[in-house]
Amino acid sequence: MYTQSMDLPQKKEQSASAPGAPENPEYQREFDARLAQGEFIEAKDWMPEAYRKTLIRQISQHAHSEIVGMLPEGNWITRAPTLKRKAILLAKVQDEGGHGLYLYSAAETLGISRDEMFEALHTGKAKYSSIFNYPTLTWADIGVIGWLVDGAAIMNQIPLCRCSYGPYARAMVRICKEESFHQRQGFDLLMTMMQGTNEQRVMVQDAVNRWWWPSLMMFGPHDSESTHSERGKQWGIKRISNDDLRQKFVDATAPQADILGVTLPDPNLKWNEKQERYEFGNIDWDEFWNVVNGNGHCNRERLAARVSAWQDGEWVREAALAHANKRAAKHPDGRVGEQAAPSMETAPMQTAPTAGST
Amino acid sequence: MTNQHFIYLLRLADSPLILAQRLSEWCGHGPVLEEDLALSNMALDLIGQARLLLTHAGRVESRDRDEDQLAFLRMENKYRNLTIVELPNGDFGQTVTRNFLFSAYQVELWKRLQISTDTELAAIAAKSIKESTYHLSHSAEWVIRLGDGTEESHLRMQTALDQLWPYSAELFTSDDTDRSMAESGIGVDPSAFKTDWQSTVSQVIGEATLTLPADTPFVSSGKAGQHSEHMGHLLGELQYLQRTFPGAQW
Ligand SMILES: [Fe+2]
Ligand SMILES: [Fe+2]
Repeated sequence: MYTQSMDLPQKKEQSASAPGAPENPEYQREFDARLAQGEFIEAKDWMPEAYRKTLIRQISQHAHSEIVGMLPEGNWITRAPTLKRKAILLAKVQDEGGHGLYLYSAAETLGISRDEMFEALHTGKAKYSSIFNYPTLTWADIGVIGWLVDGAAIMNQIPLCRCSYGPYARAMVRICKEESFHQRQGFDLLMTMMQGTNEQRVMVQDAVNRWWWPSLMMFGPHDSESTHSERGKQWGIKRISNDDLRQKFVDATAPQADILGVTLPDPNLKWNEKQERYEFGNIDWDEFWNVVNGNGHCNRERLAARVSAWQDGEWVREAALAHANKRAAKHPDGRVGEQAAPSMETAPMQTAPTAGST
Repeated sequence: MTNQHFIYLLRLADSPLILAQRLSEWCGHGPVLEEDLALSNMALDLIGQARLLLTHAGRVESRDRDEDQLAFLRMENKYRNLTIVELPNGDFGQTVTRNFLFSAYQVELWKRLQISTDTELAAIAAKSIKESTYHLSHSAEWVIRLGDGTEESHLRMQTALDQLWPYSAELFTSDDTDRSMAESGIGVDPSAFKTDWQSTVSQVIGEATLTLPADTPFVSSGKAGQHSEHMGHLLGELQYLQRTFPGAQW
């Protein structure tokens, strides 16, 4: 999942040219030419410092959104109503963690460590998508998040599959496939509830009421409010404007709401025959900025949960490192036994996927 | 016979079911992202095992109860899991120590159940042994790494082992159900593989530089339906929606 405001909080910093960026007109020309031809830039290639910094910020904040996004849905895993739904939800939340991993790895190729990125998250320096600062109050929220939040994430992310930085683009291709799976699962969950009892339908409508506007906010401020540099377009990081993406999302989603039989909480929502698009009401930007700036329902809890997971895990990470060093000392030639510990640089364990994951 | 068969299958199903519930509490809170994902993977494997076993148990019972009716709508004293899996997670060290003790047990169990005369159970065992073997190697690595890591981790792991050890006695108790299932060739008497389990456990504990605790007279009784105080709270969450909206489809 993802993201709205990646280019917001540090707007100024972004538009200023990075201090001390190594200037090299010849390399710069080559870089520009490759972008113009739609070629990927790879980790080993020369790149302007501003490009590197912008990507690090965007990719790491995207990664943070994935892992903070595990929390609101994780809130319902132990209360899932059937074993099938429990497995689907657990696999979905795990996918989001996997998205975090790919993205942290993509950011690492730009010369930042995962620890540094976590540090930025935990100190509040780095942002994550503020949609995850809303609470999940009923089981229907799980379906609505899949349908609307993963749905909005797909709209935001599909253009990034063609972004100029190879490792990011490739991560996005993989991620987008899974997000669309999540979206369908969310819709299916809601469909089942809508065909159930009256109480279940009320629960779905209530969740839609609470999540609709925050989902529209995921696309960020109006184009008139957000300064998208030509560079963003040129770099393929921002191919489609916030308002255009939001419009596409509304146009795709409103008919789905009809199929579900829910009412989107916007009296101004209506089809405009002439323009072949939906018109919709005004977003409450005060609420948006409040949540972005730390004053939503769950900002404090989400951050505290990440910080305490990190702090509680410190002894584990230290021990894993100490153990790996002991092993290395025992086997100075680098040969280790069958049950050798995996390499211990930033992460103590390799993931060993088993049957469970999707 | 049918009833004992049913009870036996519930025992096999409930331990993975309840441990999956515990492991899924880690989701989003692990000490490193990779381990967060690994614990979720294990929980998913265990849910998968529980679903197959509960569905099979429901058929054997022939009272039209499906996996969800069995998983969500029993009274506490009708759950037959080993007590060790319902205990709270504790820290990461306690979680991996329990995973280690339990998966070492499961590997021995599935190994023998692959030749069950209940062919459905034999097929489930053949599938599950692969998963449990991975769970065992993963958790054993962590027991070694943390046992033989830092002073703090060593102390935490020894504490975890000391706290969990008394609950391991229940793994090898056998009653009429176990014995009759063993006789019929459907099941296995767990006392038969205690030595094999002990040899795996003591080898890893030794490598982890930890001390095997002494046995105590305490024997927990979850598999007979008498649980710890923790079970009611766990079921409160597990059953919440099914109990609040009886008969609803999800
Ligand atoms: Fe995601
Ligand atoms: Fe997703």
